Amino acid sequence: MFRLRSILVFLVLFKSFGSIIGEEEEKIEEFSEALLLRPLPDRKVLAHFHFESKVPPTATHGSHHHLFPKSIYQLVHKYRVQEMELSFTQGRWNYGRWGGYDPISSRNAKPPGVELWATFDVPQHQVDACWRNLTHALSGLFCASINFLESSTAYSAPKWSFKSFAANIRYGTLHREAVCTENLTPWLKLLPCRDKAGLSALMDRPSIYRGFYHSQRLHLVSNEFDLTAASSGMVLEQTLTVVLQPVTLGSGMVSSLGLIQQPSWSLSSLFGREVSGRCVLSNASNIYVQLEPNLVSELMTTSETQQQSDVENLMSQAWSDMSFEMSDSPVRLIEEVYGFQKESSLLYEFSLANYSDSRPFNLEFRWKRPVTWSSQLAPLQASRFLMGSGNERGAIAISLKSVGRSGYAESSVNQEGRCSLRVDVFQVVPWYVKVYYHTLKVFLDERLHNLADVIERINVSPSEDKVSPGLMEIALRLPCDVQLVILTLEFDKGFLHIDEYPPDANQGFDIPSALVRFPEIKTKIHLFEDKCVCKSPILSKLQEESPVLWYTEVLLVPLTTPDFSMPYNVITITCTVFALYFGSLLNALRRRIEEEERLLKSKDTNASGLIGMLLSKLSAKLRGKALEPPSLPLSSKVSYRLILRVILVAGIAAAWQYFFG
Amino acid sequence: METMSEGEPPKPKPRPIVRLGLFLISHSFIVSVACCAAGIFALLLLPVLAKNTYISENALMPGSASPMLSNDDVSRARMFVNKVVSFDFKTDSSSIGIQELVAQHITDLGGEVNFHKFLPQANKFNPLHFFSGPDQGIVQENYTCSSYGINTVGFIRAPRGDGKEAIVLVTPYNSVKTSTGEALSLGIAYSIFSLLTRVTWLAKDVIWLAADSQHGEYAAVAAWLREYHTPSFDGSGKSLFESNASPRTGRKRHNDFLRAGTMAAALVIKVTDGTEKAERDVLNLYAEASNGQMPNLDLINVVNYLAVNGQRLRVKVEKLGSLLDAWWLRSLAELFHKLGTLARSLNPQWNFGISVAEYIEGTATLACSLYNQALGVPTGPHGVFRDYQVDAITMEISSKRLANYKNRPNELLLQGGRLVEGVILSVNNLLEKFHQSFFLYLLTSPNKFVSVGVYMIPFALLVAPLPMVAASLFADSTQRNSGTENKVTSSSDIPAITFESWRWLHAAKTVFIVHFWGAVVTLLPHFLSLVLDSLPLINLVIWIVLSAFTLLVLQVVLGSSVSLPRMKQTQGMEWTLLKSVTIAAACTGLCIMSVINFATAELGALMLVPMCLMARPLRIDAKAKTLKSFIRVACNLVLIFLFFPPVTYYLWKGALVGLDNARVGDFWNWVESLWTWNSATYIYMCMVHLPCWVLCVHTLAYPC
Repeated sequence: MFRLRSILVFLVLFKSFGSIIGEEEEKIEEFSEALLLRPLPDRKVLAHFHFESKVPPTATHGSHHHLFPKSIYQLVHKYRVQEMELSFTQGRWNYGRWGGYDPISSRNAKPPGVELWATFDVPQHQVDACWRNLTHALSGLFCASINFLESSTAYSAPKWSFKSFAANIRYGTLHREAVCTENLTPWLKLLPCRDKAGLSALMDRPSIYRGFYHSQRLHLVSNEFDLTAASSGMVLEQTLTVVLQPVTLGSGMVSSLGLIQQPSWSLSSLFGREVSGRCVLSNASNIYVQLEPNLVSELMTTSETQQQSDVENLMSQAWSDMSFEMSDSPVRLIEEVYGFQKESSLLYEFSLANYSDSRPFNLEFRWKRPVTWSSQLAPLQASRFLMGSGNERGAIAISLKSVGRSGYAESSVNQEGRCSLRVDVFQVVPWYVKVYYHTLKVFLDERLHNLADVIERINVSPSEDKVSPGLMEIALRLPCDVQLVILTLEFDKGFLHIDEYPPDANQGFDIPSALVRFPEIKTKIHLFEDKCVCKSPILSKLQEESPVLWYTEVLLVPLTTPDFSMPYNVITITCTVFALYFGSLLNALRRRIEEEERLLKSKDTNASGLIGMLLSKLSAKLRGKALEPPSLPLSSKVSYRLILRVILVAGIAAAWQYFFG
Repeated sequence: METMSEGEPPKPKPRPIVRLGLFLISHSFIVSVACCAAGIFALLLLPVLAKNTYISENALMPGSASPMLSNDDVSRARMFVNKVVSFDFKTDSSSIGIQELVAQHITDLGGEVNFHKFLPQANKFNPLHFFSGPDQGIVQENYTCSSYGINTVGFIRAPRGDGKEAIVLVTPYNSVKTSTGEALSLGIAYSIFSLLTRVTWLAKDVIWLAADSQHGEYAAVAAWLREYHTPSFDGSGKSLFESNASPRTGRKRHNDFLRAGTMAAALVIKVTDGTEKAERDVLNLYAEASNGQMPNLDLINVVNYLAVNGQRLRVKVEKLGSLLDAWWLRSLAELFHKLGTLARSLNPQWNFGISVAEYIEGTATLACSLYNQALGVPTGPHGVFRDYQVDAITMEISSKRLANYKNRPNELLLQGGRLVEGVILSVNNLLEKFHQSFFLYLLTSPNKFVSVGVYMIPFALLVAPLPMVAASLFADSTQRNSGTENKVTSSSDIPAITFESWRWLHAAKTVFIVHFWGAVVTLLPHFLSLVLDSLPLINLVIWIVLSAFTLLVLQVVLGSSVSLPRMKQTQGMEWTLLKSVTIAAACTGLCIMSVINFATAELGALMLVPMCLMARPLRIDAKAKTLKSFIRVACNLVLIFLFFPPVTYYLWKGALVGLDNARVGDFWNWVESLWTWNSATYIYMCMVHLPCWVLCVHTLAYPC
């Protein structure tokens, strides 16, 4: 411990020294950490860790780093990565309850498993090779089977629906990848303090993996190779988003009014640990508690009814409010400024700078009375399901249902004055699900619509068997007052070769999540362009505009599976056929056909053919049976002898069994 | 048989397999009698050959975790049951009443909920879509507003799962008049639901379908599954529902149809009043789905294992009560028992012995299992799931404590709840869908089964003589024919021979006409039900009369026009050809049926094979006037009488419930139930059995 501290002290000294030099150059390496906590409507708490490392471009800064992870730097340089995002997710983001409109959910809600996308600064024909190398490198770096994304059946190249203005992009997902600590440890290794100090010390493995949603994300932006623009170097953003259920005694308390008491929580009850100070290498180390806009307005309306208070009042006594209280007093209270809407979120900022080992930080958040609210939802709620049954064919249906709220409408009025909403749907389908893209149907409010009226832009690249997956990108232009949109696509279930089946073939096959994107609806937190606000990377990140995204469910398609004991049967049958073949071959070799024919001719049979011969033989036998009884005793005598022999052997065997068995 | 051809060495020997075939054909009588007898014997031997069930899929691991269902959950469930039982249906007479109560409880537990409104859809016989999968629901034109049912569906999303798969719990209850048993089954599901909202081990979503069974359990579940799998987006009829919905204050309407991935398994939970004087509560298992399909044996195994070892329940499967005290069965059982003990005295390792009671029980269960599968009508709401390739089973807990459940209600809820929890835990463990164990089997007791490899043997033995006898008869008639031919025209020219060898076409035409008539008979009830709607008896009579009339018309129109210039000398042997083709057709029909529904084919073969093999013109036997021919005539008449479908039905019914209760119109009702359930047995009866019966009658009445 002492040694670690001495190293840290040395590093701090070094850093301060570095910063003196840095002020001359105006650019230095930076690292910052932040944790954002947000109570969720369904008695859970969202914890969002945010770490950001920045390094100035190599041209000015050189290639020696003190904070920025070397492995990532080398990765970027080797494969000329422009932008890359890798996420490991366990569980599903509940868009209906946890919100789908705020920047955190649209950035950090990811499909289950691994999702990786990257853009490369290389000529078109080298992109695939770079992608393959990158998957292998990341696979080794994160102890995950990302290398399975190298196969051309596993990734695709979306044109415009996944990310606007992105050339040379590759996108792939692995939905069955199990996410565990072995993926978290390498991720933590990229942080300068690992999980030994600072906020990452909160990451107690059992606690964070016990959660309802767990998504660990790594986002990298580099314009190292962009020689024209003012280069800003590399930015590595690492986030961990978990949804935890606070441990409460006597769960499910329902108050007399029928409102459910929200559970109170503290850092130690959520994570089982406390923060003993900041990571000394970080520029900023803050904890934020965010109250959602709907919650704030709910609290304001209820407090208005009970006591004469307005926004100022709420602000002034915010942490000893009627509804809740916090154990520590925040450094700052940041209020969102939003022109049109009354609702705005509140952020309480706590700085870790004042806490240390002797005085650990353990924020407690106590509810005083029951509150119910709901999160901000995306304009349309997307869900996707399979239709049909049986092993032959089926259909994929994507339904977009309006949540009955028109707050987003003003941003999307087009020139003609009609309110409309653009929705991009991005869907990758593996090749063994053979989608017939011409069967695309769009139902608006339960009426079949002409595709040309609704679809603004469409890009389809059909799948190629065993080579590439099918890719569909649709831009829909929907009227704002639409209630229910359903897209259906029919497909046939393909057959795989027996060695293409995975070991758990009977589980069925996955169709990866579709991505529904609302490109015209941007979400961000509106804050004052304050000087101190900009210092905090998490806040500046939240202030960036990003389109609202929605990942749909992964689907499971049961395909026909062969009987996997079939090879055994085939071997058996093949052996039988071979035995028959060799038997008859030997028979044919052994017989002397000329001799038999000569014998036959000498007998001068008048049979005219095989059937005639058989029939005549049959008739002879029938007649013979009737006329010549002496032939019977001969045969019966022989068969009696045979039967006697069999009985004797059986008797001996039975006796042997009985006496010695 | 090698010795048969020893006599003539100079002739080139045909291949051994041909010789074997020829030998069998020439001895077809003995072979067929031996095979039939062996087939029936093998069928009776099946309970002896039954194996103990075992859990084939390792991932299931039943009973490996101790149950977590606590008394807390159970007491909460008890409160819920009391609310349901005391729910006043009179005062709250709005269309949505008890459903709201269930939905409220689900929401309070933290689950998602939605209502599914449906119209009861009459099962209709649609001859053209017979084997096609379940189709989209066609909303009927005329219905009254109050006639729709409302299912309440609750969802638990697995906290860390990916939501690709789901486990379904079904509790059918009558929303108009909920009985105590139904309330308790709701209570069991509720206790499970309240437990599962808290656990973290869930990997698959859980769906609780509280099916509104006021229009029948099956209809409610079928409507929900149809909407789940094949929804229609055109919105015909849905808007009507929306307008009908009673506006409630404040509450959120749950009208969006929610879904949760591919279904892994479904459990139907029922509680009934036990009448038996058993010490322990009884768990009845029902598994038969439509057309003899069964859920994977592992599902039954898991339920049986947990019920017996975990909850000390007595597990039972349905059995044929009338067989239990049949004298012949008892003597047979004693015979097998003696044989078994004898074998064991010879070698202690041969323990295929079976106690008398065990054999009788096994046979009764086997017969019931065979009968239920052959009927092709599902034995409960679990049957719908099989149509969508979902393994499902009905668990009916029958308790005699139900009457005074108010004294000790928790025990039953705890027992049932823990059983269901254990099954869900096991299914939750599954990585792949059920595939490891058997799908084709017959149960002889809850923990004994006969697999397909064994129960195929009796059928194979029964059917084996058919092609042999057909070939033998064909060869016979050709033989005699060629014999007579040679006598008449010594210098036979080639056209005559070819013409003669195609003579069987005439017989084939007759067979084809009769089978075509069978198809007409199959379709007749469909048109009858369209046109008239009267008493079953009248319908039955009209059906029979129309069928007979059609047969006559077909005979006149098609039969006479193509008739060949007959050769008088060969006419006497025409019946052998006819019989041969009949048998070939019967064999084909049985083999096809064995692929569709094996149990039907098995029972059908029991009737059809002796009848077809026996058939012989009565006049030939009457002329012979020997004891043998007399016995043959008697046998023929008895068989023909017994296996006329209505007679068979009444005799069977008489054996089950006594002839006094059987009414004439029942047959019509039975047939109607078969086609409304889309049972392939109906098609088999009309298109294979009935034509063969008619052809046999035709053979019997053949003028010689």
